[in-house]
Amino acid sequence: MNKSLKKYFPVFVLPTLIAFIIAFVAPFIMGVGLSFTKFTTVTNAQFVGLDNYIKIFTDPNHDFLNALIFTTLFTIVSIITVNIIAFSLAMLLTRKMKGTNFFRSVFFLPNLIGGIVLGYIWQLLINGVLDMLVNSDITKSSTYGFWGLVILNNWQLIGYMMVIYIAGIQNIPGDLIEAAAIDGASKTKTLFKITIPMVMPSITICMFLTLTNSFKMFDQNLALTGGAPGKSTQMLALDIYKTFYGRIGWAGVGQAKAVIFFIIVALIAFLQLRATRSKEVEQ
Amino acid sequence: MMKNLKKIIALTLASLFVIGIFTACGKTDTGDDVESAKQIRYLNFKPEVADIYQEIAAKYEEETGVKVIVETAANNTYEQTLMSKMATDEAPTIFQINGPKGYLNWKDYCADLTDSEIYNHLTDKSLAVTVDGKAYGVPYVVEGYGIIYNKAIMDKYFALDNKATKYTSMDEINNFAALKEVVEDMQKNKDALGIDGVFASTSLKSGEDWRWQTHLANLPVYQEFKANNVDLTSDETKTLKFDYADNFKNIFDLYINNSTVDSSKLGTKTVNDSMAEFALEKCAMVQNGNWAWGQISEVKGNKVKAENVKYLPIYTGVDGEESQGLCIGTENFFCVNSQASAGEQKAAKDFIYWLYSSKTGKDYVTNKLGFIAPFDTFEDNEKPTDPLAKEVLLWMNKDGINTVPWNFTLFPSQTFKDDFGAALLQYAQGTKTFDEVKELVVNEWASESAAIE
Repeated sequence: MNKSLKKYFPVFVLPTLIAFIIAFVAPFIMGVGLSFTKFTTVTNAQFVGLDNYIKIFTDPNHDFLNALIFTTLFTIVSIITVNIIAFSLAMLLTRKMKGTNFFRSVFFLPNLIGGIVLGYIWQLLINGVLDMLVNSDITKSSTYGFWGLVILNNWQLIGYMMVIYIAGIQNIPGDLIEAAAIDGASKTKTLFKITIPMVMPSITICMFLTLTNSFKMFDQNLALTGGAPGKSTQMLALDIYKTFYGRIGWAGVGQAKAVIFFIIVALIAFLQLRATRSKEVEQ
Repeated sequence: MMKNLKKIIALTLASLFVIGIFTACGKTDTGDDVESAKQIRYLNFKPEVADIYQEIAAKYEEETGVKVIVETAANNTYEQTLMSKMATDEAPTIFQINGPKGYLNWKDYCADLTDSEIYNHLTDKSLAVTVDGKAYGVPYVVEGYGIIYNKAIMDKYFALDNKATKYTSMDEINNFAALKEVVEDMQKNKDALGIDGVFASTSLKSGEDWRWQTHLANLPVYQEFKANNVDLTSDETKTLKFDYADNFKNIFDLYINNSTVDSSKLGTKTVNDSMAEFALEKCAMVQNGNWAWGQISEVKGNKVKAENVKYLPIYTGVDGEESQGLCIGTENFFCVNSQASAGEQKAAKDFIYWLYSSKTGKDYVTNKLGFIAPFDTFEDNEKPTDPLAKEVLLWMNKDGINTVPWNFTLFPSQTFKDDFGAALLQYAQGTKTFDEVKELVVNEWASESAAIE
């Protein structure tokens, strides 16, 4: 086993490994390296130590911190709403009703539209409604912006999560449900004692996807609110982008923010994965 | 085996890391005796004339055999594109910066152009980006902005029976008080004039607000620096007291209160929206520069006639503004990449000089690119003919009129401009007072100036 691994390593692993190093590991390491420098282009950098990281936290406007708080709130709300709605839809569409396939496709469709386009379309819709209700638009208050983003994110993610849940629900052996029914379990009891534990792997993956997607959101944020009013609806990715290009010589600071951003995303994804994994049951 | 693998990976990564950070940049010196290169690259800033540059490049290759590869950055992405291109083997030989602030960022890449032909032919040497008497950026186009108005609608107003002002022609409007009177009376009579409002919508969507946070803000900054005799090349420009904030408020209020849309609905308006309103005669005035003619003339169903498009200076209510002209300057400066080989640098300078001095080149500059070129190689009859450019030239040559230079090239950073624009939107929506806006401008001017050290 070990011998053949050694023998065939260059044939099977090496090409992928090289591609992986060139396309992922190298840029990543260079990126981390650049966060300790002041640079104009990636090949013209000057080492400045921890300067960039200090600048992030001594910023008088606390842009990064504000963006972090906003993003966290947004992510929490999104995880709850997206998963509850997606799961309910999945339950509904596994009931062998007429037109199930049609509705499944319809709910999945929004996921295929790109973020910028989606942002502009929803901006038109939301502004139309706000114009009628409060005679203004989404840039007026950060509350509008926040819920606008939540609606947009839900609309885009629900279909995808729903498909994953449908697959999970269909995989539950029919005899389990039947046995529960014979034992006299109520519908709610069946849901909480059989269905949900059985689809726990789907819940894990859906929560993970919603979490990372919401936390890393960029184009929808840029197109829908652009951070307005002020910078109050600016999420982390947009803040990084604006830091990178907003001031001469601050590209390194943007890079440093991106490194912190990566660490945060990796950390919560890891913790969340471990927490939900422990709830999964053997099929 | 695994140990070896780890070692290999570690070594590869370590070397990549080192290469990434410490790639030294070889400087080459330029002598006049060097052989000119056969191929250069130009990174163009203006997407609207990208096709014309391709034609120019083809013509140039035909005449001289030197290939010019023209690449164009998409709208608002020039810095990003330049940043990534500069790090490659296909770095542009000719690129552009937007003034002294842009020079700070790209100084490692800007070759000394003091001895170049093109700089010698520059009519006004003060326009160039110079440091310690050496020129690093040469302006290639002069542009002007002000309030564009539709003469047909204005004449209609002056002929109205129930107008409440004494003015009878635009020549009498030469200060803010007069402008305000006319505009407010026109707004009252907008139905009779067949317009939705006097001014086109004040586009305050983020990314679309540069006409206010940059162009309009130029006026109070210019007034303040002029009143205090500030040396524009010194550190004195790092503080701004915003003394002329009230003047800024004057004109900004006039814009948002006498417009085609309610001031609470400006957060989604774009520059294109404004220009379309002007082209369709839904409004009588719009603030923009002479580059906007293309935009106006290309709007579908365009009603405004070329001969009716005129300019008015932006009056803000300062003393003696009767002699104020349009804001004229440039933020487009050619630079030659100092990290390119000597031969390429020479070829680059030759190409620029050819474009602005040969018969073919000048024809393209004047008639196709529509540039007002600031070089003495151009005769008086070699000026662009579109109505706004003609108006700019007219205002430049008026007796007793002083043009306002573009001091916004000294604005500390994009972040400053963006934050200022966002605050203006909040002011228009009524969620911020003007005093808060003023405070933000003063504070951010100082903090942003300090941040880019």
